Amino acid sequence: MAKKLRTRKHAVVLNRSVGGDTAITIVLTIFGLFMFLPMYYLVITAFKPIGEMFLTPPNFYVIKPTFQNFIDLFASMTATWVPISRYAFNTIYISLGATFGCLIIGSMAAYAVSKVRFPGSRIVSQLITYSLMISSTVTGIAHFIIFVALGWLNTYTISIVPVWASTLGLYLMKNFIDSTVPDSMIEAARIEGCSEFRIYLTLVMPLVKPAWLTLMITVFQSVWNAGASGYVYSENLKTFSESINNIISASGTQGAGSAATVIMMSVPIIVFIISQSKIVETMGSSGMKD
Amino acid sequence: MSDNAVAVQETQEEVYVSKTQVTRWQYTKREMKKKWAGYVMVAPFFIMFMAFTVVPVAVSILLSFTNFNMLELPEICWFDNYIRLFLEDDLFLTAFQNTLIFAITTGPLSYILSFLLAWFINELSPRMRSIVTFVFYGPSISGSAYLVWKLIFQGDIYGLANGFLMKMGLISKPIVFLQNTTYIVPICIVVSIWTSLGTAFLSFIAGLQGVDRSLYEAGAVDGVKNRWQELWYITLPSMKSILMFGAVLSITGAFGFGGIVNALCGNPSTDYVAWTLQHHMADYLGARFEVGYASCISIVLFVLMFGANIMIRNALSKVGR
Repeated sequence: MAKKLRTRKHAVVLNRSVGGDTAITIVLTIFGLFMFLPMYYLVITAFKPIGEMFLTPPNFYVIKPTFQNFIDLFASMTATWVPISRYAFNTIYISLGATFGCLIIGSMAAYAVSKVRFPGSRIVSQLITYSLMISSTVTGIAHFIIFVALGWLNTYTISIVPVWASTLGLYLMKNFIDSTVPDSMIEAARIEGCSEFRIYLTLVMPLVKPAWLTLMITVFQSVWNAGASGYVYSENLKTFSESINNIISASGTQGAGSAATVIMMSVPIIVFIISQSKIVETMGSSGMKD
Repeated sequence: MSDNAVAVQETQEEVYVSKTQVTRWQYTKREMKKKWAGYVMVAPFFIMFMAFTVVPVAVSILLSFTNFNMLELPEICWFDNYIRLFLEDDLFLTAFQNTLIFAITTGPLSYILSFLLAWFINELSPRMRSIVTFVFYGPSISGSAYLVWKLIFQGDIYGLANGFLMKMGLISKPIVFLQNTTYIVPICIVVSIWTSLGTAFLSFIAGLQGVDRSLYEAGAVDGVKNRWQELWYITLPSMKSILMFGAVLSITGAFGFGGIVNALCGNPSTDYVAWTLQHHMADYLGARFEVGYASCISIVLFVLMFGANIMIRNALSKVGR
């Protein structure tokens, strides 16, 4: 795409000034540095030996990189009375539960709203759009009361089920189905006698794989990055990220804290790098119609 | 084969019937029966949505008219909470003001930045584009990575900012940035911008990729002189719906400001300079168990966010005219 654009520029079809290009490059570089340098600093701090932590001004590079901070971190993690494996299990269990629930509920609803067009489906799709505007801050208080009433405090359920109601993934999937799956195809399948459930499972779902992946990743990231909810207080029900966050806030040393943060952020970043193209593809149809 | 024939016949018959002989209500009922599967498929989501979004908002609205401490039954007090909030609670006014300041600075800034950067990135080569996208998007998915700003603005001489300022001779002794009332708000805004190039940014990148190239050529023929005109007359109008989506996400982000302040400056921040509605609400809920009053604050926040959404929607409808 970009190459084509560039040839057009030389053919003076699109008006691009050299000054503008330079200005844009400069702005991109400045913001790129603003975004990148803190991340870089965090990573090198995680590899700094203790002696290099206390220099004035601090070095922007590591002289003798070491894994000592990571080793210390794992030492302090194994020192807790709940084993790491338990935290890891909790994280996997909660992530899988939340993600698959969200995927099934969300994709089914997305298909129904987008293609079945039952009376009322337009209202439902409006609701989905508006619900993006309601943040968790507003619903937090009532959530607490509802959780108490349902007796969900301090269970896995509380970390899993409320996530199923999140609408961002559903919204993206609905728009993706709207824009990629042609109506005529579904109509043909109906005439062939396919039930709606079969159309959904065997026809539409394989076509919208990028949207699945995006939904899974948005849910997974929100579960992974969720801080302590305050609703779960048993240590053996908490997730890996909560335990690491505890260490970050409790550890006096910069090194172990940075190492913990680096471990925490590496997971979503790796997931994103692997799936970037699919996510961007899904986002292409994220527009909000009136 | 015979099955298909029957199906075709059925649909034809139905079209015929629905268009001519039945009333609208009968038609709707017939449709509802025919498309029952749709309701079954939407039902799980709808129940979840009701239980965790609609009911909570309704409960918050109702509770905001009551005194409720989680132990005794709620006691109706009508508008007392709202009167107390706006007329007697000085700290609320501070929180309200700070929330607006944060929202008005970080919201538009992150939104415009997301769009401009996405637009600049758009003409890079695909490989370069994905690298730059990653650099910009990285901080927003890295969870607590913003804690690195705590190292940068650390209050002693080992902090990055202090170290450099002292080496350059601009200051003689370290500044305790994160406790200093002059610096807390700007630093929190900067950090919030740093984490804010998220989903909206990605959808802008994708949206820009999706703009029909032939429109640009047509525009160039029709006398679009530079890239800014191209942006205003072609790019923005053709991705209006994505702009709206980005705006909704930016607004939610801008008003949900609070976690960063807690993590960087402590709770409460020095002299409550970065005290937001979210903090105020958490305080009344968690520390004082005044659930009715806290609900009242959450409703104020809700109204602010909804109002902002409507304002943006109106503003965006003027784009490209």
